[in-house]
Amino acid sequence: MADELIFQPAARLAAQLTAGKISSVRLLQAFLSRTMAVDGRVKAFNSHDETGALVQARAADERRAAGRARGPLDGLPVGLKDVIAVEGQPLTCSSKMLANFISPYDATVSVKLKAAGAILWGRMNMDEFAMGSSTENSAFGPTANPWDLSRVPGGSSGGAAAAVAAGELPFALGSDTGGSIRQPAAFCGIVGLKPTYGLVSRYGLAAFASSLDQIGTLTRTVEDAALLLGAIAGHDPQDSTSFRTEIPDYRAELKKRRGTWRLGVPREYFGAGLDPEIGAAVKSAIEFYRQSGCEIKEVSLPLAAEYAVAVYYLIATAEASSNLARYDGVRFGHRSTKAKDTVDLYCQSRAEGFGEEVKRRIILGTHVLSSGYYDAYYMRAQKVRTLIRNEFVCVFRDCDALLSPTTPTAAFRLGEKSADPLAMYLNDIYTISVNLAGLPGVSIPCGFTGTGLPIGLQLIGQPFQEADLLAIAHRYEQGHDWHTKHPALS
Amino acid sequence: MSTKSDLNLEYVANLARLALTGAEREKFSRQLGDILHYVEKLKQVNVTGVEPMAHASPVCNIWAADTARPGLPVAAALRNAPAQRDHMIVVPKVVE
Repeated sequence: MADELIFQPAARLAAQLTAGKISSVRLLQAFLSRTMAVDGRVKAFNSHDETGALVQARAADERRAAGRARGPLDGLPVGLKDVIAVEGQPLTCSSKMLANFISPYDATVSVKLKAAGAILWGRMNMDEFAMGSSTENSAFGPTANPWDLSRVPGGSSGGAAAAVAAGELPFALGSDTGGSIRQPAAFCGIVGLKPTYGLVSRYGLAAFASSLDQIGTLTRTVEDAALLLGAIAGHDPQDSTSFRTEIPDYRAELKKRRGTWRLGVPREYFGAGLDPEIGAAVKSAIEFYRQSGCEIKEVSLPLAAEYAVAVYYLIATAEASSNLARYDGVRFGHRSTKAKDTVDLYCQSRAEGFGEEVKRRIILGTHVLSSGYYDAYYMRAQKVRTLIRNEFVCVFRDCDALLSPTTPTAAFRLGEKSADPLAMYLNDIYTISVNLAGLPGVSIPCGFTGTGLPIGLQLIGQPFQEADLLAIAHRYEQGHDWHTKHPALS
Repeated sequence: MSTKSDLNLEYVANLARLALTGAEREKFSRQLGDILHYVEKLKQVNVTGVEPMAHASPVCNIWAADTARPGLPVAAALRNAPAQRDHMIVVPKVVE
């Protein structure tokens, strides 16, 4: 019975709460006991506030009993990647630097989720400061992939993805700078949505690379993604890059939008480096769309395919080196006790507080911004970024969305790539250009490898056209049952 | 693969206010050399006349009304300070 609850889509749980078939307290207890049973092996959570969550669940049940339920999310537990602020809760970014940090205020998404009645209780593990593709760069230890505990869950939102896949949470919020929602969603067999840059407020999201970061959703189904996106999207005066646009009822739109879409398939995304099993699963998904009446067009994104990773690692590290300058051991965060003077305080606190990948990226970012190298690296990368964006603008003249693999391979083994940063970076080859161009992208399950590892199909949409993107993804999901399969974790 | 690059690690680490150990210097030097070698491929792209793109937002500039709003109370703002006294953050002596 509990098993039935923990693997149900959030939309179905919401319907049962509304119908009075279950209570929020009982639902939370099911997730709590699942977490107790499996998280010792999955290690998806950095922390959770069980007492606070039960108080929120009781309040939700009382609202519902009094006929004052706040909507479908009221009483549903949600996990937040440990990079999103919730007042009074820890915000560690999985870094020793912020190991003891307590958020003094709510992120805008947290305010919105609270207003919708959601129970904000779990702080999910991640690569330190969202820098990584495996969740191995966490100061608190790696998260395991629930489908094979010897493999990574992906990253950087690996804890959030693993917890949803393992039935420890119905859904979660993550952040995606170069694929950090879509890639772990693909590795864990769930749905990961990165919205258009500017659709969801970044206020209260600890910054990594501000021109690329976007908060998004990790869910069991596309309908759940629509449900959760609707709760967090919208203009926010506290984020100057937040965009004023009408927010449709994404969930209602899933059923309304039934076009014969024009879907582009970028030929360069099926070349060398793509695992044949992944390629075959994605091609079969493309065939499904063709059979269902969509027009499939081969398109070309030569610059995105060849240069996106290089552009990304110059721009993202440059922005990171600037954003992470705030961690100096003075106002908050780790402070070294060894420092002799103020400058030494900065140098030692940062040396002790940051992990290896964060240091590597700060060094690289500082180098590419430094005098004499700025034009050759950073400025050139920004210009190639323009060209990559233009490629997408061009293909979207004839396409409603693009289809591609989310990742070149399925989940790799823990430790397999951790000694070779460049090999790790190349794992994001299909997801990164979406952030550079500021587009929405979603990864949905489209099969399993012969060894039982999930495979992700990436759909890339036009800016602020999430309703179409999700409707297209929903059509595939309706025709398949991948989302009903769960890891055994026995 | 290890490649020579023009990265002066000691100089850059100082700019970044990051104390590195000898082992870190050696490791980063090699790894960042590989990464810098990889990004060299951007030189193949003709960027003549191309405008740089700082962000993907369709928003250009935002003006906020210049009105006072409540901020964080002092106690909340200082809650995470590593050392404090009398509503102030304590730091090592700056001026002798």
